Amino acid sequence: MNHWLTILTLVPFLGGIVIAGLGAERKNLVRGLALVTSLIGLGGALCLWLHFNAAEGGLQFVEKFDWVATLGIQYFLGVDGLGLLMVMLTAIVTPLAVLASWNVSDRPHVYHALVLWLQAGLFGTFTALNFFHWFMFWELGLIPAFFLIKLWGGPKRSGAAMQFFIYTMVGSVALLLSFLAIRLATGSFDFIELAGMARSGVLASKLSATFGWQNIGLIIFFGAFLGFAVKVPVIPFHTWLPAAYSEAPSPVTMLLTGVMSKMGMYGFLRILLPIFPEQIRQVLTPLLWLAVATIVLSACAAFAQKDLKRILAYSSINHLGYCLLALFAAASVATGVTASDLQKAAALDGALLQMFNHGLTASALFLFVSLIEKRSGGLRGLGDFGGLRKVVPVFTGLMGIALFSSLGLPGLNGFVGEFLIFKGVFPLAPWAAAISTIGLLVTAIFLLTLIQSVFCGPLNARWSKMPDLTTAERFLVLPSIALIFVLGIWPQFILGKIDATVVNLVQQLNF
Amino acid sequence: MLAWTIYITFIGVLVLMLLPRDNARAARIVALLTAIAGCVVAFIGAIQQTHPGEVTTITKIDWVPAIGASYYLAADGISLVLIVLTGLAAVTGILFSWNIEKRAKEFFAFYLVLIGGVYGVFLSFDVLLLFVFYELTIIPKYFLIARWGSTRKEYGAMKLALYSFVGSHLVLIGLVATWVVAKGQLGHASLNLIELSKVSFPLAFQHWMFPLVFIGFAILAGMWPFHTWAPTGHVAAPTAGSMLLAGVVMKLGAYGCLRVAMVLFPEGAKEWQWAIAALAVAGIVYGAGVALVQKDFKFVIGYSSVSHMGFVLLGLATLNTIGLDGAVLQMFSHGIIAGLLFAVVGRMVYDRTHTRDFNDLETMQLGKKLPFAAITFVIAGVASMGLPGFSGFVAELQVLMGAWAVFPKLTILSGVGIIIGVAYTLRAVQKGFYSDAPAKASDSHEHPLEPITIPEKVGAVMLIGASLVIGLFPGLLMNWIEPCVKSPLFERLLKGGSL
Repeated sequence: MNHWLTILTLVPFLGGIVIAGLGAERKNLVRGLALVTSLIGLGGALCLWLHFNAAEGGLQFVEKFDWVATLGIQYFLGVDGLGLLMVMLTAIVTPLAVLASWNVSDRPHVYHALVLWLQAGLFGTFTALNFFHWFMFWELGLIPAFFLIKLWGGPKRSGAAMQFFIYTMVGSVALLLSFLAIRLATGSFDFIELAGMARSGVLASKLSATFGWQNIGLIIFFGAFLGFAVKVPVIPFHTWLPAAYSEAPSPVTMLLTGVMSKMGMYGFLRILLPIFPEQIRQVLTPLLWLAVATIVLSACAAFAQKDLKRILAYSSINHLGYCLLALFAAASVATGVTASDLQKAAALDGALLQMFNHGLTASALFLFVSLIEKRSGGLRGLGDFGGLRKVVPVFTGLMGIALFSSLGLPGLNGFVGEFLIFKGVFPLAPWAAAISTIGLLVTAIFLLTLIQSVFCGPLNARWSKMPDLTTAERFLVLPSIALIFVLGIWPQFILGKIDATVVNLVQQLNF
Repeated sequence: MLAWTIYITFIGVLVLMLLPRDNARAARIVALLTAIAGCVVAFIGAIQQTHPGEVTTITKIDWVPAIGASYYLAADGISLVLIVLTGLAAVTGILFSWNIEKRAKEFFAFYLVLIGGVYGVFLSFDVLLLFVFYELTIIPKYFLIARWGSTRKEYGAMKLALYSFVGSHLVLIGLVATWVVAKGQLGHASLNLIELSKVSFPLAFQHWMFPLVFIGFAILAGMWPFHTWAPTGHVAAPTAGSMLLAGVVMKLGAYGCLRVAMVLFPEGAKEWQWAIAALAVAGIVYGAGVALVQKDFKFVIGYSSVSHMGFVLLGLATLNTIGLDGAVLQMFSHGIIAGLLFAVVGRMVYDRTHTRDFNDLETMQLGKKLPFAAITFVIAGVASMGLPGFSGFVAELQVLMGAWAVFPKLTILSGVGIIIGVAYTLRAVQKGFYSDAPAKASDSHEHPLEPITIPEKVGAVMLIGASLVIGLFPGLLMNWIEPCVKSPLFERLLKGGSL
């Protein structure tokens, strides 16, 4: 029996405890140790990546043993392509966030401990396959995030942190109640087992036998849906996000948008799609509308913003909207027609790729914003800058690459995911895909506006002495930029790992 | 063995009496040693019980044969859980009262009498004996609050005592009637709980007797709308008093509901199931809602207790195995967590700042001045919200699962209570410890706050540890609770009274 996934989760958790115990005085030791811990996490994730048997596609590195016998709860860990991808993303973004937080000097030991605990929560969420401890990690991620916003955030941090926590908890409680109902009816908390029951129809019959309502399945689905929809977020459950993203310190926003938002998407893919395919089909049209609304409205909202972080926050909602669109479209038709299977696989491949790419690009963008803030003394309004390309050419070039990746320029990573999504969704739900292209258009408009008003035009005299990226900062942004190119040119690097998983998932949907 | 928990505690009271009047230090040490001895005995005794599913007799001596009363001490799994809880609460309560100087000897004497009475209730299987111990706890409660309390202490003490007396009178009337009817059916007088539980009381009798006895006990469990003693009493009590009130005294009520009212009148329980569940959920939501708007830090915790005890009552009302399991586990869990919350607010914060008003606390930056208190409160708050990893989650999880099976709509409603619970806890964390309000420059220099002392740290670590251990390994207690709930004693109850 291997314990790699447990160790992977425990490393940042224990590292956080050690760092919290070091005290506020030894700042450099705290930072160094946080960096080392997060790099160990990255190394561990890389080992998993290399040892993952891509051809097989099923769950690997499985750990499974009884935990709470009286409640029938097992400790069950494992990753497939989806889990692996998310673990990898977490492992990449965290060290970058730690490096970006190098200048935090208020209680750095608590700060870095919270960052590492957040990472542990994320690793746990992406590897746990039993609701009991999955939910534990799901919530464990929430508390560090709350305090990171609350204690190190911007001027309106209290309200933002509170709103973030309460919204997420509303979703979590709904999710919890749904799963308790499922557990009561089926006696299982095991995601894989429940997905099997859903396929064979046992789940539906057990639910209606236990509760005596015909529509109980739908009610339970809505509870679980709410839990994930708040986290992603889906419009209209998104209102916590702009405040939280813009008030959080930028390195924390990197984690929030880069990885925490993926928790919601991961939940959709791992839990909602396999366990509730029938319910998704029942309300498919409204769900597709929600996805379309998420894409189009968030892009329009981003266009209307004047604050860099808020623009990027809304743009994050927009990018995850494409994943939702792909996911719902993939649930659409029940027949086992090979052609539609291929389209579904394309859509889901695209969604997974988009999740990874968005995590990479969005965290890079917030990293750039944090670098701007450092130079401007906290200013980040769209109108505060202008003509920066003349004074900080390297910065302009590199951030431009990230922005164009976000915009979906072919050759950069953002393009591949969106292309696959639209390729898959168009035949499955043509009208939804057609309307969603408006989102692409508006995204292009607001990102170009951003580039124009910050980097082009006449130079704002105030910034004529703005220093360009230092060598250390160049090395900091280098990994993200390199990956943006690598994945844009050679997406097979990721697709190869996830393909078998996606094919499995598509086959599970045919019944 | 377990009976010694009672005896040791009362011996401790006697030793305290013999101490000189003004030696607070000696009184503290004697009290602590007594409580530790009781706790250790409770632990060892509990572990030695190899069959938690059965009622294991400890002593059984005839007491008043004419009315069938006997000195009958016994324990099953549920008793074990609560005995261990009482042991933990007793020790930590003393650790958090280490700063009591005013008539410390009397304080700890009353404190130990209360503990002894609580042990007695949890171990009695004779209804009269149980009632005697139950009454015994009222007197020390009154004096602890009236003498060593704070805000409106006389009022709080009086209210608590009156509510308790009303409740116990209802119980007493019910028990007398039960005794009479049982005598007719059995042919001989009996107050033995096990014997009585086998009597099939007439339906009409159960229909009226169940609510009488249940409400009598439920008043002490803080059932809405009879809860109003709880917040005022908790706030008025000294720290150790609130810890015991919320930690174990409220459990006495819930324990009585389960052990006496529900076991004796299973059909009555079935009939009134809906009413109890509705009141329980009303308590969950109402308690949380009121906690959300309090200005006094301690009132927040007081009302949160009402809300959390609602889960115990909801679990009892389900009348199914998993719901009862959850209810008993929630009794344990709430005892630990509420004790910790009161310790932070009463001892760590109030004894140092002499205020519990959020408006004042907001200006004090306690998160930076008392980091240990802040972190303890955050952990306790997280546990109290029912976040996984802590005991509250496993307990509420089972209660809600049980409730889904019987009252799906009420279950969804109680979800609202949980969310409000998150909101008031966060509000308390923000206002109490991490407020953004500007600090008042003057008083921070004049009165540096005393740092958190060792006894406080030990107590906090014990309680956090207990909640974490049970949260991660609920099996430790479930192995006692589950066989017990499935035992013949509860069989009639779980079958909805039909047997």
